[in-house]
Amino acid sequence: MTEALAIVRNVSHRFGDAFVLRDVSVEVLAGSYTVLLGPSGSGKTTLLSILGGFITPSEGQVVIAGEDCTFVPPAQRPTTTVFQDYALFPHMSVLANVAFGLKMRKIERKTRHARALDMLGLVGLDQAARKRPHELSGGQRQRVALARALVVEPKVLLLDEPLGALDLKLRRQMQDELKAIQKRVGTAFVHVTHDQEEAMALADQVVVMNEGRIVDGGAPEQVYARPRSRFSAGFMGESTIFRGKIIEANDERLLVMTPLGKLTAHGAAKAGDEIELAIRPENMKLQGNREAWLHLGRAKVTDVIFQGGFKRVIAVSDSMPPVQMILRVPSQEGIRIKEHVDLYCRPVDLVLLSE
Amino acid sequence: MRRAAPALVWAYAILLYGFIFLPVIMLVLFSFQATMFPVPPFTGPSLRWYETVLGDERLMSSLVNSLILAAITSIIAVVLGFLAAYGLARFRMPGGAFLRSLITAPLTVSYLIIGMGLNILFNQLAMPKSLIAAGVGHVVINLPLCFAIIYSQMGEHHVAIERAARDLGAKDWQVLAYITAPMLWPALFASFFLSMTFSWDEFVIAFLLTRFETTLPVEIWNLLRSGLTPKTNAIGSVVFAVSVILVLILELVVLRRRTP
Repeated sequence: MTEALAIVRNVSHRFGDAFVLRDVSVEVLAGSYTVLLGPSGSGKTTLLSILGGFITPSEGQVVIAGEDCTFVPPAQRPTTTVFQDYALFPHMSVLANVAFGLKMRKIERKTRHARALDMLGLVGLDQAARKRPHELSGGQRQRVALARALVVEPKVLLLDEPLGALDLKLRRQMQDELKAIQKRVGTAFVHVTHDQEEAMALADQVVVMNEGRIVDGGAPEQVYARPRSRFSAGFMGESTIFRGKIIEANDERLLVMTPLGKLTAHGAAKAGDEIELAIRPENMKLQGNREAWLHLGRAKVTDVIFQGGFKRVIAVSDSMPPVQMILRVPSQEGIRIKEHVDLYCRPVDLVLLSE
Repeated sequence: MRRAAPALVWAYAILLYGFIFLPVIMLVLFSFQATMFPVPPFTGPSLRWYETVLGDERLMSSLVNSLILAAITSIIAVVLGFLAAYGLARFRMPGGAFLRSLITAPLTVSYLIIGMGLNILFNQLAMPKSLIAAGVGHVVINLPLCFAIIYSQMGEHHVAIERAARDLGAKDWQVLAYITAPMLWPALFASFFLSMTFSWDEFVIAFLLTRFETTLPVEIWNLLRSGLTPKTNAIGSVVFAVSVILVLILELVVLRRRTP
């Protein structure tokens, strides 16, 4: 069992009387890419600031590389941060910006310039070394900030919404580059974002946060396929979510009474529990084998949105109470508004939300 | 009426600028007078009075005194103003707003009051009148100005940049020296030169607080007591020229170079 590189243990934080973090624990493995995902106000940036040393938590402990860093100031932590607005030094050249951390570590001029140039090469900006930050585009500034933070060889690199200021196309491109750079340098990255696509594309481990708590976590595939909470089922991708009551529980095989009929599901629950179930849109079909698939009843199509490779269909079930169903169908499917359709899914795709 | 309007505007402008600049023009013009009295008719141009000025040791040494005093007190005022501005802008403390208004308060107090106050204080302390005493007075009048200028330029966005420097391992003094001060360079420069110009032609405090060695304005006042000659015009023109140079440097280096 390898010890995690950075450990946040039972951290809570208050601003005045208001809790921004409640009993949060996260482990970051060496060389991994961790994404803290959540809407604004979820506490993800506060958690990052606690890792970086800009905020001392009200309760709990931060251990980085085996040392208790809870009260250690940012300068003395083996972490560096790429700030949301980059915070480049406007009066210095790009090279001097990148070399700054090395200068503070009293590394001799020649060596630090050589290392800064190497790092600029890694982010593809060695040609711009003599320029000033204001002469660069947003994407280039982002890379300078990345190079400046990486050149001092931190154990953990913290990125605070690093792509937030870029337009969508550039964001996707930088996203791929970030991942490639992380693989090359092998530093553990902790990245804050509210963009779930970004999170899924980048993360080895995603930590979903809401209202100061961690509501889900794990590999993005796992969080997507088996969300633990209603929040992550709705925030990381979308889902059809409905309530149900367990009528029979037999060794994790459940029979659930729902507005869509009696359905079988898997999960840890006992008879009598009120629970919620979720289905991902791509797992809901218009046809299904009646034997092996679950019939989710009939529904009336209320909206069809063409999205290129597929159509996103919103429908309302005929059941009482009605359930809003979201599904994806192939683009060539001739589905129309007001049409009535039968809906199906496989039992394994019916996810029990435990929180 | 339409045609009259520009004419009226021009006439008004000429009167206004004439009102402002005529005394200076007269001063400079009659400094080139060839005869003994700075009154019309103009008998120049001649540089004889400038020669007299340059040959006057008392005047020249007081001119050097004034320049040195202005430079040193301005540096002190800028450094103190910068540190005060940094402290009050970056750290929240009880009564911060009060301290801020207290530090700028001397801007509203007349130089006469400040000079008299310091005079009484130095008397109590048995400290003789000297250029150093006048220097203290100049720091007192220029510090609030430097503080106000520098404080107004300490933007919130600088906070994030300073935090980034700290994150990269900079100590507090390194943040100040490598990040904060260079980013505020235009404000530091502007306050230095403004402070120079104020100190350069300040009379009342220097008059009250110096005795044997004194500054140029006080020396000119001594000269004026013995009557008007074109010599006073010549030294007055020198004072004016130095002020113009200071303002030009300020304009060219700071105001034109301001990045958008």
